[in-house]
Order: sequence, then C-alpha cells, then structure tokens
Amino acid sequence: MTMTDPGERGRFGEFGGTYVPETLVPACHELEKAFREAWADPEFRAELDRLLSDYAGRPSPVTECFNLSEELGVRVLLKREDLNHTGSHKINNVLGQALLAKRMGKTRLVAETGAGQHGVATATAAALFGMDCIVYMGEVDIKRQELNVFRMRLLGTEVRSAKSGSRTLKDAVNEAMRYWVSVVDDTHYCLGSAMGPHPYPWMVREFHRVIGDEAREQCRKLLDGGIPDVVTACVGGGSNAIGIFSGFADTDAELVGVEPAGGAAVTRAVPGIVHGSKSYLMQDEWGQVLEAESISAGLDYPGVGPEHSHLASIGRARYVPVTDDEVIEAFQLLSRTEGIIPALESAHALAWVSRDRLELAGRTVLINLSGRGDKDVNQMMEILK
Amino acid sequence: MTGALETALRARRDGGGKCLVPYITGGLGSDWIEIARAAAAAGADAIEIGIPFSDPVMDGPTIQLANDKALADGVTPHSVLDALRGADIGVPTAVMTYVNLAFRGGYQRFASGLAASGVSGCILPDIPLEEIGPWADAADEAGIETIMLAAPTAPDERLPRICERSRGFVYGVGLVGITGVRTELAASAKIMASRLKAITDKPVLVGVGVGSPSQAVEVSEVSDGVVIGSVIVQRMLDGGGPEGVGDLVSEFRAALDAGS
Repeated sequence: MTMTDPGERGRFGEFGGTYVPETLVPACHELEKAFREAWADPEFRAELDRLLSDYAGRPSPVTECFNLSEELGVRVLLKREDLNHTGSHKINNVLGQALLAKRMGKTRLVAETGAGQHGVATATAAALFGMDCIVYMGEVDIKRQELNVFRMRLLGTEVRSAKSGSRTLKDAVNEAMRYWVSVVDDTHYCLGSAMGPHPYPWMVREFHRVIGDEAREQCRKLLDGGIPDVVTACVGGGSNAIGIFSGFADTDAELVGVEPAGGAAVTRAVPGIVHGSKSYLMQDEWGQVLEAESISAGLDYPGVGPEHSHLASIGRARYVPVTDDEVIEAFQLLSRTEGIIPALESAHALAWVSRDRLELAGRTVLINLSGRGDKDVNQMMEILK
Repeated sequence: MTGALETALRARRDGGGKCLVPYITGGLGSDWIEIARAAAAAGADAIEIGIPFSDPVMDGPTIQLANDKALADGVTPHSVLDALRGADIGVPTAVMTYVNLAFRGGYQRFASGLAASGVSGCILPDIPLEEIGPWADAADEAGIETIMLAAPTAPDERLPRICERSRGFVYGVGLVGITGVRTELAASAKIMASRLKAITDKPVLVGVGVGSPSQAVEVSEVSDGVVIGSVIVQRMLDGGGPEGVGDLVSEFRAALDAGS
C-alpha cells in the first residue's frame, strides 16, 4: 500500500474527518486549500528544502549500532532525528507549517506541547520568521520539563499553563483550540502531531515524510535488499512514526508503533471522536476521555492520529505497549552501549526492540530515534537516584 | 414535522415575544432539576441541559468548572437522562454535549435515549455540517431536533445549508470565541442574527457572549431571542439554587418583554 491523499473530507478508511466547532470550519478549509496549493508549488518546496538543510541540518544520518546489535542479537539502525536543530523531528513539521502560515498572511502561531519539543520547535520557527508565538503546556508538564519552558521563553514565546483536567498534553490541546477559536483570523494553529481535524493529520505526515524518504534512500545504500525487516517508532499522537512509516508503507517491511502502556490508544482499539477527528481513544464506558499516564510527557496522550488507527485496523502496522520500567532500562541501554542519550519518547521504540529481542533475533530493525534526551536528564537523575 | 422545541419557540415569536433559553449544567448539585423547573416557571421557553464532558473545547472557564465539579460527583450521561425522565420541567428541553458521548454507545442509541427521557432537541457543537449526517439521520429517526450552530466566521454560502439542516431553532454564535460572559455584546452578535434572519424562517437565537439582560435585549432587536449559559451556571456555582436562578431568569424575561 501507499499512504495517500485522504481527500477533501480527510478520511483514512473510517477514521479522520473534521470534528471542530463551526467557528473553525472555514479556517480548516482555508488551511486545506493553502496547503494543497503550497505543496504543489515548486517554489514553496524549494524554500522548505533549503530551510530543512541549511537551518535544521537535514538530512539526518542513519547510524548502525554495532555494540547494541551485538548485545541484543538484532541488527539495529537508528534514524537520527535527534541530531536535527532543536533536538527532535518536530522541526520538520514546524518549519513547514510556519512557512505556510506566513504564506497565508498569519502573524501569530499558537501551539500545544507535551514534553516541550514541539513547543521549542514552534518557538524557534516563530523567532526565525518574526512571528508572535503562544504555547500552551500542561501545568504538570511545565514542572517536569522546566528546561524546555526556559528555552521557549528565551526564544521569545509566551508559555501559558493549561490548568484544566489532567494538566498534561490533552489539556494543552484543549486550551490551544479554545484560544484558536477566539483569534482564528490572524493566527495559525501549529498543531504538533499527525492528529486533529483535516488537513492536519495529512499535512503533518507530509511534512514528516522526509524522515521516511531519506531513510529509504539511506537503507538502499546500507542494506542488501535495501529494506529493513522492521521499521519502528514511538507513538503518542504519532507524528514521527507516520513520517518514517510513509517511506516504507509500500515495502515488505513490518511497521511497528510503540505506545506507552498507560497511553495505549491503538492497543485498546476503541474508536472515539475528540480534538477534531475520529480515531482510537482511551475513554470510559460513557465516552469521557481518560487521562493517559506515561513517564514521557510527549506520549502522555489518550488519543492517536487517525492514520495510525487506519493502519492498525487494516493490519498494515501493528502497535505494542511498553512499560515505564522498560523505557527507563532502554534509556540507559542506548546511552551505555552507543553513547547516544535518547529522548524518553524515542526510548519507547528501543524498549520494545530490547524486550522482544528473541522474537527479532537476526533481523534488521530501523528505529526512528525521534529526539535526544538532554531534556530528560533531570527527570532521569531523580528516578535513578 | 415540527418538534416540540420549535413549536414552543415559534409560539413565543408569533405572539410578538422574544425567546429565552437558559443553559443548565446537568447534574451540577442535587437540585438541578428543581433549578430547571424554576427557570421554566420564571419565563424560559425551553431549557438547555448540558451533559458534562471531560474535554469541552467550546466552553469557557465557568462551564468548564461546572463540568469538572459534576464529573467529580460521578455524573454520567445516563444519570442526567435518568433524572430528566418523568421530571416535568414545564417547557421543552434540549441537551447540549459533545459528540463523543453520543458516538460512544452509537448515535441511534443516544438519540433514542434522549427521546425516552422526554428531551426534544440536541446540540453537539463539535460536529459541523460536513460530519453531521449520521448523527442527524439518527436524531431525525428518533424525533430529536438537531440544533445547528452558525458562526460569524462562516462564509455566506454556508449559512443556508446550516439553516436547512437545523431543527428546533438556528443557534447563532454571538462572537468568535468560547462560552463566557463578556462586558459588552460583541458587534458580531447582531450581524450574525441579521445574516441568519435574512435567509431563514426558523427561530434564530443568539448565544455565546450574551450575559446580561441588556445584552439580551440588544441582540434580540434582530434575533428571535437568546441562549444564556455562563451567567446562569455561575449563579448555580454560587449556590443560588432554584430561587436564585429563577430570579435571574425573571430579570431576563422582564427585560425582553419590556424590550429595554
């Protein structure tokens, strides 16, 4: 299969759609039209490519992990999104959306953030393009990701605390949407994952497609046969996973999304509608959204992007949960064996490969290392004390 | 066929009056049914009952707080509808909640549950026109009037389709923003009302940002009436009870009747 254009109604099989208040519908339509035009415009593409290479540092390399491979008995390759400017894959999407927002004449960006990686990336793009920027972050996350809060403020962004509900990523999305509803004329909502109303899931995937496209080319040179046996990535909303999957969906590679056990929307497979689209959603018997619980703020989300629900429902990708303890172990494992400190989010994918190494023995696994762990060292220092 | 909600609102309008629809958070406090009855007795033409949802993205701080309190008390869609069943409020009711609560158990089941509880209408602010089909069909089938929202951001060509699909009344959103009391009526409120009045014979009520009797009167110079939410819910949160909310609704009723 290939990952296609979801059409003007934004459908991935039975999932997706545009479930937003009436006030936002024209903005979603305007954004869809603008993205469609920009994405087909060679000048826009060239400008984005230039930013991705000269500013963000793309292409990111693929690193073969010889020490880790020997230890696990699995050939492990890492797609190094941790080496991008701002420290994660998030910059790909943000540069694309900020460039698009500017083209649309918007003067302000609003974003939600969990771990702060998307917030930092958005603040960075806003600084670069001279735009105002407001980032909503859950009160709980502001505490556990102090460093990223400071980085955003340093970049000239206003960080607002989301104090409702679970005070994490889900609530930051609620607050960002409420704010967007009131300033929709001049403000672009720079959504950070492959979720939300159409066209976001599709647009965010397209902006992250570069991860998969580069990795495909890099694997062609590195591997006999050119294709890894397994391609894996962590999944919260699912942007880094959808980016790397998009480069391999049409191959025989097995696609595996790794969810935190406390936020395993796809593993539980109950469909719901929140934050703009129909997708799998953690919820109670009445439809009240449940609070996710994960060691990693960036995956602490009860929903998932609609295309992941689709990939799971048709059996093209499978989704597995890992526990916080397994993640803590994997975080240390990669640091110790390869000298690479991963983000806690990315450590989820590593945790699955490490845990299920017997099942994976002798196979080649490409892991999307979506971000670096600098932001997590304070938290890990406390945990490992 | 015209439902009970639209019939009641048309009767008020055709009698030369302005429609008044207060919003009450279902399950907030033990006396919310009595509060609904008091609002009806004080001159409301219909009552909107909010079913608390975990992530109410169209709602401002007041209704969010009411939601959270009710949810913390264990309120569920079932408990709200159960309380409404057989409770004679005195005027038609419409439920306002978010799509996931209707989607969870299936649209048909939710719609027939509303009907079985004597509810006339339903507002789901996070399903726009493009996605309304499956819900609206289920609601029509069960005899539930689906009230559509029309927002100031909508281009002209969108509004007739919204009015066409709406049942009960057309809900004009008074401002570009979320629910909550503002110090002044937004200029967009009367513009919204006149854009809708120009294209539909259905009752046009304006809500969101209508928080005082004078604001209600001002927008009703153009609209057929108002929906008032946060100001009522704030009174409930302040412990106003049936008497306090009844008094507040009386003030709105008197102002609308006097037209000043």
